[in-house]
Amino acid sequence: MSINLNVSDISAKPVQKCVTKLKTERVNLYYGSFQALRNITLDISSCAITAIIGPSGCGKSSLLRLFNRMNDLIPNARVEGNVELDGIPIYDAKIDVVDLRKRVGMVFQKPNPFPMSVFENVAFGPRRHGIKSRGQLEEIVEKSLRQAALWEEVKDKLGQSALALSGGQQQRLCIARVLAVEPEVILMDEPCSSLDPVATLKIEDLMRSLSQSYTIIIVTHNMQQAARVSDMAAFLMMEPDRAGVLVEYGPTAQIFTNPKDKRTEDYITGRFG
Amino acid sequence: MTTGVVNSRRISQRTALTFLGLATAITVVPVLFIIIYTIINGGAAISWDFLTQFPSQAGRAGGILPAIIGTFYLMLGTLVFALPLGVMAGIYLTEYARDNWLTRLINLAIVNLAGVPSIVFGLFGLSVFVLAFNFGLSLLAASLTLACQALAMVITSSREAILAVPREYREGSLAIGVTKWQTVRYIVLPQALPGIITGAVLAISRAAGETAPILVVGAAFLLPKLPQSPFDQFMALSYHLYTVSAHVPNMPKETVWGVALVLLVVVLSFDMLAAAIRIKTRRRKQS
Repeated sequence: MSINLNVSDISAKPVQKCVTKLKTERVNLYYGSFQALRNITLDISSCAITAIIGPSGCGKSSLLRLFNRMNDLIPNARVEGNVELDGIPIYDAKIDVVDLRKRVGMVFQKPNPFPMSVFENVAFGPRRHGIKSRGQLEEIVEKSLRQAALWEEVKDKLGQSALALSGGQQQRLCIARVLAVEPEVILMDEPCSSLDPVATLKIEDLMRSLSQSYTIIIVTHNMQQAARVSDMAAFLMMEPDRAGVLVEYGPTAQIFTNPKDKRTEDYITGRFG
Repeated sequence: MTTGVVNSRRISQRTALTFLGLATAITVVPVLFIIIYTIINGGAAISWDFLTQFPSQAGRAGGILPAIIGTFYLMLGTLVFALPLGVMAGIYLTEYARDNWLTRLINLAIVNLAGVPSIVFGLFGLSVFVLAFNFGLSLLAASLTLACQALAMVITSSREAILAVPREYREGSLAIGVTKWQTVRYIVLPQALPGIITGAVLAISRAAGETAPILVVGAAFLLPKLPQSPFDQFMALSYHLYTVSAHVPNMPKETVWGVALVLLVVVLSFDMLAAAIRIKTRRRKQS
């Protein structure tokens, strides 16, 4: 398996701007009596694309959903330990989850545009957050679609149903929908798993350009993708009781070329998983 | 394989097909027979005067206008009370209520509400709406009584329609910091609306045919004028049909069947409206 690394990009970034955007400390996540994550401690840099990799069922998505508290939607889900955004614990009782999710947006595995027009899809978030002026909404929609590299393709069909777009366009529309509420962090849960290679490359290019202004965390089970787009990589694995643990976390280049843990090496080289 | 086995397999196949087809025919025939029989016997009674005049000679002559109007008032009243209440309860039960023993008990109660005999609803309406609330024998009391009965169906169809909205839409909305209520209001409800309306239309078409409950809460056989307020008594097609067919001597047969035909047309047209809404939304979802 040949892997192209994006090492130069890391050094090219202005290091001084980078801060710890998200942080987990000794986090355990339970669904009822089943433990999905065990003792996860992780610092996520504001200016990196962080990839979460690992075999199916090891808790990658669960870990991602910790950061915008999407796990709250699952009955009986319980979190122990500390998760922080900009140094503020987000599982604190005082935290407004709605406000948190505005700051930490999410793109899902399957493109999920709403069954309404392209325009309304992007305008949905800003509208619900209180923006009523048509001119202002038009401005936000155009800006978000441009940022999501979709504007040129849809500018003449803003009034058409979003469901008529191709899968790749739908996923970029979902990214534009998130951008429209001006988040700080974008979580991506296997955003390319239902897309063809061309659409996948477009999303990856998009992630690269968005990483200039947003903190991006991506869950992927595609090793090449993790190697291509991410600066940092976290490798998760299941323990015998199926709880996910963090095996290794470090710069992507190091994880892929010189892993410290034997299990990481086995996984990367395709010996299991 | 021997020819004997092949033959016996063919015979059993034929037999099964025959019986299944026969069973289907037996269920379809009575329905068609009732409709055709009603049209043949009642068709002659239908005229412009029959639909627009007040009855005379205890319903033996004249028209059935007040009964038609009364039935539409009842359907409207039932809809006004049952739809908002049912939809709100449906939203609460699907979107907000936690899955615990109390919720399950409430769901069980709602399902069983549909099985309560309609005359029991009538007695309930008599003691609660007519007497305790002092609404008297009235259109209001009857609408509320029928609404109680229709609630089960409205809640059940609302729940099903709401549950059918894909989880992905809800997640997509919540994940950009939209509140739960905004998600319900702007994503879930618009998607569930056709299903909710279908259920509500079916529920009020059933209410239009009910006779037993309204018998005790305000339906009258003959009234000199249309109801002027919700507190007035009213005539209704179902109750009118019951009285002219059972209690009026020397009743012309064609008039009785004429009333039946009008009632049938009202109920079936609402059922078909519900079916049309369902087909239309299914098409839209496929495209």
